[in-house]
Amino acid sequence: MTALSDVSTHAKAGARWRVSEVAFWVLTLACAFLFPSRYLIMTDIVRLALFALSLDLILGYAGVVSLGHAAFFGVGAYSAGLLALHGIINEPVIALVVAGLVAAVLGFLTSFLVIRGVDLTRLMVTLGIALLLEALAERFSNITGGTDGLQGIEMQPILGLFAFDMFGKTGLFYSLIVLFILFLLARRVVHSPFGLSLRAIRNNPLRAAAIGMPVNRRLIAIYTLAAFYAGIAGALFTQTTALASLDVFAFERSADLMLVLVIGGTGYLYGGLIGAVVFKMLQELFQSITPQYWLFWIGLVLVVIVLVGRERIHRWVLFVPNLVIRQFAGRKAVVAVPERDAP
Amino acid sequence: MASILTNLFDGVAYGMLLFVLACGLAVTLGLMNFVNLAHGAFAMAGGYICAVLVNNSGWPFFAALPLAFVASAAIGVALERTLYRHLYTRSHLDQVLFSIGLVFMSVAAVDYIMGSSRIFIKLPAALEGQLSLFGVGIGRYRLMIVVICGLLTLALQLILAKTRFGSRLRAAVDDPRAAIGLGINVPQVFAFTFAFGSGLAGLGGALSAEILGLDPYFPLKFMIYFLIVVTVGGSSSITGPFLASLLLGIADVAGKYYVPKMGPFVIYTVMIVILLWRPNGLFGRTAAR
Amino acid sequence: MYNRRKMLLWAATTVSVAGFCAMPASAQETVKIGLIVPMTGGQASTGKQIDNAVKLYMQQKGDTVAGKKIEVILKDDAAVPDNTKRLAQELIVNDKVNFIAGFGVTPAALAAAPLATQAKIPEVVMAAGTSIITERSPYIVRTSFTLAQSSTIIGDWAIKNGIKKVATLTSDYAPGNDALTFFKQHFTAGGGEVVEEVKVPLANPDFAPFLQRMKDAKPDAMFVFVPAGQGGNFMKQYAERGLDKSGIKVIGPGDVMDDDLLNNMGDAALGAVTAHLYSAAHPSQMNKDFVAAYKKAFGNRPGFMAVSGYDGMHLIYEALKKTGGDTNGDKLVEAMKGMKWESPRGPISIDPETRDIVQNIYIRKVEKVDGELYNVEFATFEAVKDSGKTKK
Repeated sequence: MTALSDVSTHAKAGARWRVSEVAFWVLTLACAFLFPSRYLIMTDIVRLALFALSLDLILGYAGVVSLGHAAFFGVGAYSAGLLALHGIINEPVIALVVAGLVAAVLGFLTSFLVIRGVDLTRLMVTLGIALLLEALAERFSNITGGTDGLQGIEMQPILGLFAFDMFGKTGLFYSLIVLFILFLLARRVVHSPFGLSLRAIRNNPLRAAAIGMPVNRRLIAIYTLAAFYAGIAGALFTQTTALASLDVFAFERSADLMLVLVIGGTGYLYGGLIGAVVFKMLQELFQSITPQYWLFWIGLVLVVIVLVGRERIHRWVLFVPNLVIRQFAGRKAVVAVPERDAP
Repeated sequence: MASILTNLFDGVAYGMLLFVLACGLAVTLGLMNFVNLAHGAFAMAGGYICAVLVNNSGWPFFAALPLAFVASAAIGVALERTLYRHLYTRSHLDQVLFSIGLVFMSVAAVDYIMGSSRIFIKLPAALEGQLSLFGVGIGRYRLMIVVICGLLTLALQLILAKTRFGSRLRAAVDDPRAAIGLGINVPQVFAFTFAFGSGLAGLGGALSAEILGLDPYFPLKFMIYFLIVVTVGGSSSITGPFLASLLLGIADVAGKYYVPKMGPFVIYTVMIVILLWRPNGLFGRTAAR
Repeated sequence: MYNRRKMLLWAATTVSVAGFCAMPASAQETVKIGLIVPMTGGQASTGKQIDNAVKLYMQQKGDTVAGKKIEVILKDDAAVPDNTKRLAQELIVNDKVNFIAGFGVTPAALAAAPLATQAKIPEVVMAAGTSIITERSPYIVRTSFTLAQSSTIIGDWAIKNGIKKVATLTSDYAPGNDALTFFKQHFTAGGGEVVEEVKVPLANPDFAPFLQRMKDAKPDAMFVFVPAGQGGNFMKQYAERGLDKSGIKVIGPGDVMDDDLLNNMGDAALGAVTAHLYSAAHPSQMNKDFVAAYKKAFGNRPGFMAVSGYDGMHLIYEALKKTGGDTNGDKLVEAMKGMKWESPRGPISIDPETRDIVQNIYIRKVEKVDGELYNVEFATFEAVKDSGKTKK
């Protein structure tokens, strides 16, 4: 009995909203209002954040690595594009959900291939699926537009009220709202008993199975959910840019995603969001300094992050806030705790 | 008939090339359990060094090949001693982040120094053109690849299975602590293995300029192929990756020849099917955890 | 653990606020050109040639036109269309550019087209070569080429020179398919026969199996289109397989024999006949000066992408002169229409109807000149328009 109540207290404590979380979202919203000239890059970040959130669900919570997450992103993107192009579903929100569901179906089907095998096998199988889809999209160019991508997509106003504008304002707020809703859902999921069981599976699948958890069924469920998220991210991409081209499936997209999530840290939902902000800002910064050799500096940052150690960097980042807390609140400073890495 | 054999030969040559390029990765990943995605960068280094020696300094091609090996091995050992060895105990995700970072840096650096166009290595006349053996067309250059890579594979297998160094390496991998207890200098063994793998990649890079094309994006473009070879082959021995490379090479060439429209599907489908059938690779015992 | 993460959240938001502040938007009284080209990724050499040429042009002609200072803002899109679109949009909205230019690949040029229309600013296409591009916005002007131009010409030339059976090998993407379609149209209309048709995946490391197929088909010549860059590998493997000795000629649009790479291909490339807009060996004084200046500044030969970039800048300069520095997009495009000038590649003009380029197409053969490989021009088709436009 006590054990059970312990678990539920723990789960409830984990699920409580913190001031910092509220502040994060308030500040995000503030950013959207404060920098009207940067709508596009912010939209880009929001999309990437949602995509990274999707990978975090399987990597951070269920310990399933994937190098082919772009498969779902791409399917979502093309679904949304085709729906809009042929006028099947003109309302963006409904189209968004439908595109997400299409990706979820694909996620469900491929999950059976993915749950087998060890990490490396999973990496390669997911990668293979994404590359196969890319090849398929190229082959059926009469549907997908081939290498040229889908051309001439015109988006209808959201809910018939808000038209997409050239400055990307509607696109940004639309993406932000979608991200927030899906974030709430993800938060609910990972703090539910289902989410806890996933963490048990991540930490030790054998033990989880031994205490009677249906390991495979849980993995299939979360993989499908993650595919749904990635599909939505892809559909947002198409809807806000009115583009869908083959590179939505590209290996680079999956690999960048992995970098984003690893930079931000896995297994606490905000990792993907923070990683997306950091990665995109670095990229933007280096690209504006040297459009030709920015890759070098990004690479250097990645190497330094690993060599210095993420924990230490996190501590440095926290140095100033800690100082402030000590000075004003008189509270004990926040101490860095070694992060538990995903397997 | 003749063209079937020519295709088979081309496939074998292509596969052998992939093997030399990827076997260093099989060693670091399979034996040392280190995810080194920067493996292709060593291959690129070898290729560019060979190209500079041959094209700019006028070295003969066959003298530049060993140097490509030595130079890449030297770069490999330098990086291993300074950077890589700190990361053996880190999580795979850290290793991925780190090695991708290295790839990015190498890509931009080579682009800066050598320009972004493809480069070619001037070959001696003896390696150009095709031989005709019983009506089967055999490219001289590809024949050389098959010979060099075949010998290397044999040597590698012998070193791992028969020599003292081979048994030390296997011991160091199976249980580093016990190996240290037995007086094996494990870091040294690892450094040497790493250098050897990088050297092989460098040699492969020099050989592949002619067939795969050499440009600053080489490590990113072929990373997927290397990973396919290692995962499909399994990483417990070098026989696995070797056979996987041959399979991949032949399947790719045959696929392109007979069903050119389905070209890209063949490799990926073969890979997925094999991995579903044998998740640890064809010859996997305990593929990377 | 949560404490630390909580703090991280704070930190991340503060940093992002600071970051956005550090990137302000500005608008000054200069004429700004947003140059969007791939500077990284597989298409990087295209972007670099264009960037070099633009720099060279500004070095030679100064950076003021009609009393206005010219400022070029270079952006790297890595040939990914959504990047192109975002960069173009930011350049237009934040930097208030008066031109967008560059565009290494067709999807990138197409992605920017609606923005040019909406913002009413000229989009100068300096590389991408699919016919449809200029039809996508009334503000698009092209200074590069279309594949139809060179492919139809080489088709006609092949018929005239006794080539009856051709096998084709083209990369499977829009430009490759364009090249194939237009070549086939003209070649089969003239009585030629396509005996084998192979489409090669764009990301293709090894040509061996495709070449073996070509060899087995025993054509008189093979029509080849692969993106600039892969040409070298193709030619080497072509020679390796002994196709040169079995009498199968290589013909095609000139992308395969880009001057940028030609000299490194080795003797394998000798004798290949291609139709194209520019050769570094073009025998005009202007071109000799251009090549010499380019070589001096950047250490290698200019290719056709460089010349397109050079002409693109020229077009922008001249248009500004004509409007007297007025940066109204409609006026600029109007000024560009029908403009004629002498370029390093020969006489060229902008078709007032389609805003596409009209230029001479030269038939060239790879030969050795002073120990280096060059495309030596031996026949000229004058003032070729793009025949690939939608028939009205």
